[in-house]
Amino acid sequence: MERSFEKYFRQNRLPHLWCPGCGNGIVMKAIVQAIEKKGLDQDKTVIVSGIGCSSRASGYMDFDTLHTAHGRAIPFATGIKLANPELNVIVITGDGDCTAIGGNHFIHGCRRNVDLTVVLFNNSIYGMTGGQASPMTPTHKKATTAPYGAIDRNFDACRLAEAAGATYVARSTAFHVQHLTDMIAGGIDNKGFSFVEAICQCPTSFGRKNKMADPAKMMMWMRDNAVMKAAWDKLPDDKKTEEKFPIGLFYNESETDYATAYNEVIQIAGGADK
Amino acid sequence: MSKARLMQGNEACVEGALAAGVRFFGGYPITPSTEVAEGMAKLLPTVGGKFVQMEDEIASMGVVLGASLAGKKAVTASSGPGISLKQELIGYAAAAEIPVVIVNVQRVGPSTGQPTAPSQGDVMQARWGTHGDHPMIALSPWSVREAFDTAVMAVNYSERFRTPVILLMDEIVGHLREKVELPEASAIEIYPRRKPTCSRAEGYEPFTPDKDLVPNTANFGEGYHIHVTGLIHDDTGFPIGSPKITREVTKRLHEKIDIARDEITHVEEYFMDDAEYAVVAFGGTARTAYEAVANARKKGIKVGMVRLITIWPFADKAIKKIAEKVKGILVAELNYGQLVGEVERVVAGKCPVELCAKYDMTIFEPAEIEAGIDELVAGGKA
Repeated sequence: MERSFEKYFRQNRLPHLWCPGCGNGIVMKAIVQAIEKKGLDQDKTVIVSGIGCSSRASGYMDFDTLHTAHGRAIPFATGIKLANPELNVIVITGDGDCTAIGGNHFIHGCRRNVDLTVVLFNNSIYGMTGGQASPMTPTHKKATTAPYGAIDRNFDACRLAEAAGATYVARSTAFHVQHLTDMIAGGIDNKGFSFVEAICQCPTSFGRKNKMADPAKMMMWMRDNAVMKAAWDKLPDDKKTEEKFPIGLFYNESETDYATAYNEVIQIAGGADK
Repeated sequence: MSKARLMQGNEACVEGALAAGVRFFGGYPITPSTEVAEGMAKLLPTVGGKFVQMEDEIASMGVVLGASLAGKKAVTASSGPGISLKQELIGYAAAAEIPVVIVNVQRVGPSTGQPTAPSQGDVMQARWGTHGDHPMIALSPWSVREAFDTAVMAVNYSERFRTPVILLMDEIVGHLREKVELPEASAIEIYPRRKPTCSRAEGYEPFTPDKDLVPNTANFGEGYHIHVTGLIHDDTGFPIGSPKITREVTKRLHEKIDIARDEITHVEEYFMDDAEYAVVAFGGTARTAYEAVANARKKGIKVGMVRLITIWPFADKAIKKIAEKVKGILVAELNYGQLVGEVERVVAGKCPVELCAKYDMTIFEPAEIEAGIDELVAGGKA
């Protein structure tokens, strides 16, 4: 079996620190397979992450990598891309990192349409701190800070991204690996702010609290409840139960990205040749 | 010298930063620093640089750190509440050794305070404003021309030491308009971005310190595949839970600036040759202090002034020397008393140290500092 993806990992930094059964490794591998599929230059690709379990991925990946502060990956990535537009910039973030402490940066990143590909590892929980509820913990699910079930309503990060102006919005899961890889590859293709939600399993902190301690059971939950967008669109409302969710490409519109727009500013200001 | 121009302190700060090679700015509007952002928005694209207005001060700090890592000299600017928000990533810049300049045009605080009256109340915030042990360089100009010069110095020091540098302006100098003549580009010394000294194949490590204890970290996109983190890391850049490395890294971060302390601690003295008393001041307040000292001289009091341009690291040596020769020191500052504590620490009882503090939205009148001098003379050591 060909393992060409191995060249994208820092072998001396492995094994990773994630728990047995964690889905982060699956999503991380899907990212490098998308990078390989798109033929990105390893020397010209930067991985930027926030803080949390998934954000530790940057340390394992053999590129220029930046492990920022909690919630701040998108502002750092924006600076990198605008300072050197020839770099491919991929952001790794988690549900708490991206939609709680980094929520404002997330929506403004979408609005600004800087050419970034943001992959949100959604495990529905704060894993690194031991299982607290995040803004993407589904209502009624349990967490250490929601021992009787969360009463907060959860974000749909894809709808949020689309409403805020992202030009590519997709969702997949750690069960649908090939599909996930394609969704990320599509995001890399899009010249603008691309957002891919990757639903993945945290058996240790989320599963154990919610009757899915077995990682395989969590993956079967993804298999049984994810519905491809085309089928979802035809599904009658009474079949769209609380557990079911659509996956696939939700939105893709071509809009001028920020760096391209700024180049026009430089032209107008007469600074192009300096 | 270029032609004389009427210019504001904030505008001179922009000109200085651009002259020093800054090509990226991220910011958020806040009075009295807004003209820095406005100037950058107008001038950066004329030299091929980029300006971006961010959603808040935290993002403004993040975006300039990203730009710096990708190879551009970068600046952000703010005041009061905005600087408080930037503190998180000022610590990141110190820990990850990322060159960046933060302009703080001080206003009255705490919190929203008195928008947007002048103050010098962020002296200690500049030194300690982020969690954990970290070094800091802060410079404070007293004139429009010096806003230009200290902006150049701040950019150069951030690059040389790979550390955040705070340009600690105040509303007085930020909004002051003066006639200035700026130096020609050829007369300005620029410290270039440090470069790796060996290849990946030769075992390059991005955080191995050079002889001056500062690492030659590569920019992103140069093929070095570096890892940058706010976690305590060893020379490879990767986190490590080691007491030894934690101790060594913390020590080196401080020592890289300590060993250059004499070179970067700029102090100017006025009327000090025969002085029996000294007024210590900085920034906009030093302008008033200068007049107060000149007036006191006319009354026959042998008083001089020591002006700190470098606020951090503190001018221990210069103040110690003054304390040996004068009968008393008056610290004039536009706050409840911050710098005075540092002066007392260094003077260590060698002479009386009195505080002339003001914290009521208004700037000092020369007479107020003169009264402070009179009191010092009346109660100072014989």
